[in-house]
Amino acid sequence: MSSESIVEAVRQLQICDACRYCEGYCAVFPALHRKRAFADGDITQIANLCHNCRGCYYACQFTEPHEFNLNLPGILARVRQESWQDLTAPSGLARLFHSHGTALAATVVIAFATMIWAAKAIGSTGGEGFYAVLSHNAMVAIFLPAFVMPLVLMAVGLRNYWRRVGGIPIRVTDLTWAFSQAATMRNLSGGHGDGCNFEDEDRFSHTRRNAHHATMYGFLLCFTSTSVATIMHYAFDMPAPYPLFSLPKILGLVGGVLLCLGTLVLVMLKLNSSRDLGDARVWGGEMAFVVLLFVVSASGLVLYAGGDSAWLTELLAFHLGAVLAFFLLTPFSKMAHGFYRLAALTREAQLRR
Amino acid sequence: MLPRTDASDIVIIGGGNAALCAAMSAAELGASVLMLEGAPKPYRGGNSRHTRNFRCMHNGPLSVMHDSYDEEEYFQDLLKVTAGKTDEHLARMTIRRSEECLPWMEAHGVRFQPSLSGTLSLGRTNAFFLGGGKALVNAYYRTAEKLGIVVLYEAAVTHVELEGDVAQYVEFTHNGQTRRLQSKAVIVASGGFQSDIDWLTRAWGPAAKNFLIRGTPYNKGKVLKDLLDQGAKSVGDPTQCHAVAIDGRAPKFDGGIVTRLDCVPFSVVLNKDGLRFYDEGEDIWPKRYAIWGRLVAAEPDQVGYSIIDSKSIDLFMPSVFPPIAADTLPELLTALGVPVKAGMATIEAFNAGCREGDFHPTELDGLATEGLNLPKTNWARPINKPPFYGYSLRPGVTFTYLGLKVDENAQVQGADGPITNLWAAGETMAGSILGQGYMGGFGMTIGTVFGRIAGREAAKHVQ
Ligand SMILES: Cc1cc2nc3c(=O)[nH]c(=O)nc-3n(C[C@H](O)[C@H](O)[C@H](O)COP(=O)(O)OP(=O)(O)OC[C@H]3O[C@@H](n4cnc5c(N)ncnc54)[C@H](O)[C@@H]3O)c2cc1C
Ligand code: SF4
Ligand code: SF4
Repeated sequence: MSSESIVEAVRQLQICDACRYCEGYCAVFPALHRKRAFADGDITQIANLCHNCRGCYYACQFTEPHEFNLNLPGILARVRQESWQDLTAPSGLARLFHSHGTALAATVVIAFATMIWAAKAIGSTGGEGFYAVLSHNAMVAIFLPAFVMPLVLMAVGLRNYWRRVGGIPIRVTDLTWAFSQAATMRNLSGGHGDGCNFEDEDRFSHTRRNAHHATMYGFLLCFTSTSVATIMHYAFDMPAPYPLFSLPKILGLVGGVLLCLGTLVLVMLKLNSSRDLGDARVWGGEMAFVVLLFVVSASGLVLYAGGDSAWLTELLAFHLGAVLAFFLLTPFSKMAHGFYRLAALTREAQLRR
Repeated sequence: MLPRTDASDIVIIGGGNAALCAAMSAAELGASVLMLEGAPKPYRGGNSRHTRNFRCMHNGPLSVMHDSYDEEEYFQDLLKVTAGKTDEHLARMTIRRSEECLPWMEAHGVRFQPSLSGTLSLGRTNAFFLGGGKALVNAYYRTAEKLGIVVLYEAAVTHVELEGDVAQYVEFTHNGQTRRLQSKAVIVASGGFQSDIDWLTRAWGPAAKNFLIRGTPYNKGKVLKDLLDQGAKSVGDPTQCHAVAIDGRAPKFDGGIVTRLDCVPFSVVLNKDGLRFYDEGEDIWPKRYAIWGRLVAAEPDQVGYSIIDSKSIDLFMPSVFPPIAADTLPELLTALGVPVKAGMATIEAFNAGCREGDFHPTELDGLATEGLNLPKTNWARPINKPPFYGYSLRPGVTFTYLGLKVDENAQVQGADGPITNLWAAGETMAGSILGQGYMGGFGMTIGTVFGRIAGREAAKHVQ
């Protein structure tokens, strides 16, 4: 049996299918108009193509108080959210962290405490910089599972997604299309290149797209920085600390600043936007996640600056705690949307070919 | 002397496309402008917010429109739909000016998209608004705000005092109070009267009580009637309205585009007595869309039932409500409320009249019935493959034809010549050009062209 949200989404999408005025805004509408009847998996796929730009809400002549009561961004957000919660195992955890910012904050605190404990109990047998606080081996022992486990869960979720939407074997061209769409966030430009409606009702702006870009690329740069450092450590026997003009530092610095700014703007936008046009049930969890990303990047930058302060142990534990929480929560937080969105775009590429 | 409550140069009555085009044009020439929109903010924009495109002349590819669509072809199309009931001079001027409207609209925030799926036949003649008419209206309100135009919502105008050839003041209600404004110029852009069901009933006859109104409930023709009562000249047939057949389950007002039903050519249509009443396959649907409103209006209780079988369910654009479905025809007729015996007799006779032949849903295929008193001349296939589907049909009114007579400067004509400070634009004067019938996208063209003219003329007047 279809969930309440899916039934409501079908009701609204049928109205859109009869109307089609929003066809040019994003990939949702062409995907919708290809079909006449919808299985639950079709609705899941369509919902994951929507990135909540809200263009189709402000353009709709049938929004509340009209009796048709259209709110496509709102209902698609609910369906999308429920799909992430159902498809990710264990789904109880997913529900908890998606909707409760406090649970997420608690995880950070626990992770922080763990890192402090690790630093005190395991400590270091000598080493430079951060490794003087916690040895490289101890860091790896903690972070490797914390990194791999969530990825495994994410992979399971994606496989479940692929089954639900009826995906077929993937070709390289599907992936190139999906990645190019994601890389440019083409759909966030609103179909006309004026951006989306988010923080100021029907005014179009690029702020959200730019902030999201900064966040995504900032994150990727930080991630690359860590990967480069790992390679340098193992392949070239060049352990940290690195000088300012080294690849890991430059990547990390630029990425950290981008991530910091991007998340800050995203928080501000979110505060100004209407909650009912998203999934209001998970507003708190989403907000907590963006704040967590900000904390990760900001504490990382502080560490760069204050690498030899008296508070190094606490600072490092705090940063690593935040990173740890972030990794652990990847499958259960808004972070999952990136993975599911890529999957949806890949499936869309298949349906277009 | 009457009390003055404000001092804008120009007062504009209405808040749809025509009003906005007039307001922006006047403000850009330096006039101070006040718009009085009768509807509350969520419903601002009248019927304009239900539109999807405007018809635009172009002598080569222009924006999203391909090829060309020149003045002559455009005018001939208009002659065909109006059967000559148009003012050639005004019509040609409107057509010529439509071309410069497109870049002007873009400059004021409107974005265009290629013609929507299912409407490819309009890709050459009409430019579609990205997001539809409400997106257009939103963009115009944003631009108007930047130009310093003041908008009052829920400000319904009740009276415009005419004295000789001058509009003296405008009276309106706002926040439960009646207010009067004296301005140097007034522009009327408050649409037709189709939402005043009593007026519609007086004009058309008692059948109009059962009509559905496709657009805004706020166009009641208050100002139109007020001005006509004071001697302003009228154009257009006062008894007529443009009506199409829409889904009978649509809301009384504001059902908009999604209530349209395109299944008629593939169906048999019964009235409430279970009888057919018109050749469902007379011509391709876009050409016959408009007559079915009238046809259904002439049947008992103003209702029809369009019945198809599963062979045809995917051949037309879906509508807002799923069809009533049943595994047998008697069950379907019962569910629709059509007398089963009479209905079955009609459908069986129809089925018996169908013959073998090639069926082409998108062109006149000549697949006609044989031996029926009332033939179906194209797409006649027996209704025999379950499940069966049915839709009820009702007349849905788009607009009324009666309007204010204007000249080429959009100036309203009084009994003894033009009223010196009163202009009109949009639906409320469209009868000057569109005396009968309708041509998709022409309403917005008239509103844009005359809105801009009215704004410019009023601004010149107040300088
Ligand atoms: C469902 C539907 C689809 C349509 N699609 C198209 C299309 O695709 N292309 C096209 O060209 N045309 C289309 N039309 C026709 C088109 O809507 C009209 O021609 C056009 O919108 C008229 O614009 P207007 O500004 O004159 O009137 P409207 O947009 O109706 O504006 C009238 C305004 O006046 C206000 N008003 C009314 N009375 C008062 C009062 N007493 N005091 C103050 N304010 C008042 C109303 O609230 C409203 O804001 C469609 C019509 C309908 C119903
Ligand atoms: S959101 Fe509204 S305007 Fe857009 S396609 Fe759907 S029904 Fe039409
Ligand atoms: S909110 Fe934006 S992305 Fe989502 S369906 Fe509407 S227009 Fe498309």
